[in-house]
Amino acid sequence: MIHIGNYIEDFINWLTKHFAPLFDMIKVVVESVVNSVEWILMFPPFFVVIMLIAFLAWKRTGLGITILTLAGLTLIWAMGYWEQTMATLALILSSAFMALLMGIPLGIWAAKKPLAKKIIRPVLDFMQTMPAFVYLIPAVLFFGLGKVPGAFATIIFAMPPAVRLTTLGISQVPEDVVEATRSFGATPKQLLFKVELPLALPTILTGVNQTIMMALSMVVISAMIAAGGLGETVLKGITQLKIGLGFEGGISVVILAIILDRITQSFGTNRKKALHS
Amino acid sequence: MSKLKIEDLTLIFGKEKEEALSLLKEGKSKAEILEQTGCTIAVKEASFQIEKGEFFVIMGLSGSGKSSLLRCLNRLIEPTSGKVILDRLNITSLTDKELQEVRRKEMAMVFQKFGLLPHRSVLENVAFGLELQQVPETEREEKAKTVIELVGLNGYENQPTDALSGGMQQRVGLARALANEPEILLMDEAFSALDPLIRTQMQEELIDLQKTMHKTIVFITHDLDEAIRLGDRIAIMKDGEIIQIGTPEEILTNPATDYVSSFVEKVDRKSIITAASLMFEKPTVAIAGKDGVEGSLRKMRVSGLTTLPAVSIDKEFLGFVYLRDLLEIKSQGHHVIAKAIRRDIPVAYPETTVEQMLPFIAENGRAVPVVNKNNNKLLGIVAQTSLLIETTGTSWENITGNAIDHLQNEII
Repeated sequence: MIHIGNYIEDFINWLTKHFAPLFDMIKVVVESVVNSVEWILMFPPFFVVIMLIAFLAWKRTGLGITILTLAGLTLIWAMGYWEQTMATLALILSSAFMALLMGIPLGIWAAKKPLAKKIIRPVLDFMQTMPAFVYLIPAVLFFGLGKVPGAFATIIFAMPPAVRLTTLGISQVPEDVVEATRSFGATPKQLLFKVELPLALPTILTGVNQTIMMALSMVVISAMIAAGGLGETVLKGITQLKIGLGFEGGISVVILAIILDRITQSFGTNRKKALHS
Repeated sequence: MSKLKIEDLTLIFGKEKEEALSLLKEGKSKAEILEQTGCTIAVKEASFQIEKGEFFVIMGLSGSGKSSLLRCLNRLIEPTSGKVILDRLNITSLTDKELQEVRRKEMAMVFQKFGLLPHRSVLENVAFGLELQQVPETEREEKAKTVIELVGLNGYENQPTDALSGGMQQRVGLARALANEPEILLMDEAFSALDPLIRTQMQEELIDLQKTMHKTIVFITHDLDEAIRLGDRIAIMKDGEIIQIGTPEEILTNPATDYVSSFVEKVDRKSIITAASLMFEKPTVAIAGKDGVEGSLRKMRVSGLTTLPAVSIDKEFLGFVYLRDLLEIKSQGHHVIAKAIRRDIPVAYPETTVEQMLPFIAENGRAVPVVNKNNNKLLGIVAQTSLLIETTGTSWENITGNAIDHLQNEII
């Protein structure tokens, strides 16, 4: 029998031992990002936050989603899950933000360099197919329990679509447009920022949407390592076999998911329409 | 000095370029090189010069390497060997930064598929080249507006480009290139994607624009009719090689290879061949006021002709004198030929085409005098036989060589 697991364990232990200062630094950074976002969401009274999110929904989408946002968030508050929901939202937004911060440049790199693409692709396949729970173990070993390992696992799990769709978007920019841009003496930077990224933007925004949705699913799971939020409510429901509690937590997640999905999706589609009007 | 000079330019696609290049220098054929190295020779040892202000057309079928050759000029594709020299600047040895500068200031390109930015308006597209040069916004929009007017796009400034028709989109492409005020325009099958009616219209507009712009234009096409209509000179490419370079008339009248002739056959020559290329220069003339009746009769005897064109001392064309008229006025005791000149003869100009000269044959069965448009000076004579040969499509060889002597006699 081959025990790959043993080697992985040794490797992770070795990392934990020798890179402790690095992990501590990451922990400080991630923790401050998550806490700041959480503070922003928690500091104002709940109705202000609801109104702000509903306003955003109204600006970006239709009346239906706006009403759903108002009603859904009010329901969450009324059920008494406001704090958990905001904690979850803060973790989603900050992890997704950090995933995008790394994922989009990686995607650009993969689109530009065939070799980079060859390396990145299998890594992404691995990251996406590995059962999400598995990430929780090294996360705990590196960062202990709490929000930071939750964010860490979420970043890894949510990053692949950002990378993939950025690469796709950039390679879909028509060859003749790229050639024309080069023929007018564009620097590689000008080509990227004035042509490739704007043209790839709808695709990249689809990636952003997917990253956020994947972050949501992972954030709930990361309640298992004490990341808190709505996941904790759901987990309590499971472990204590309280179906009502589980359902209440679940429905809060669904409401949050719909609102996040519709609002982020609108950024991709409205853009195309705006150009034609 | 020529504006653009291409020296021994070779472009090879494939992995073992160096090996393929040395095989090519040994004189191996394309097929042999492909077999030995797996490399394709896209352009083979092309050398030519393009003059300032010239409209130079490179014509060839798809796969002839014409578009690749064009892309070597601004190094969108790196040539494998050889040089491209712009004025005194060797383009092939420039650094990336210097090359960017050349692309920004000296050479602008127009593409078959337009290559416009779909997320920007017409105005922003036209100003794009200037934006890359970091020209301030108000200044570049002002410039762009001037060019937009030049290509007839006014009123469309704020439209998105993908809502425009093909012809309009290509106007944007042309305007974008012109906004940079380049010395050289590279046009890659610029009108090939347009439908025939729009294409002809764009060709005419480009010709009109060129009359005022005097840019050096390198134009790629697969359409010989287009090449002939637009080009001051045409280079014909086949399988990566330039097989002939010449003016449209040179190519039509003197195709270098069977390949070129097979193309040329399909072209309607009547509207291209001009009096200038058909006429016999310096014909024997009777000079009124210098050659008297006697002098003119002597000239006829020496040349064996019975009719001579009559010109003034300033070589201005007056008409024709006939042997029998001269003999008649001689018997009446006249000494000057003025009375014998038959005037009001229709004349052709050097640029008059065969098509336009046809009515002249029908009218009088006489040779057609060719005169300078400005001062009416006689430049030469087009024999009606030449006109008939051109219109009936008998090959040129038949009227060269021995036939010339015969013609000279028959001319007048």
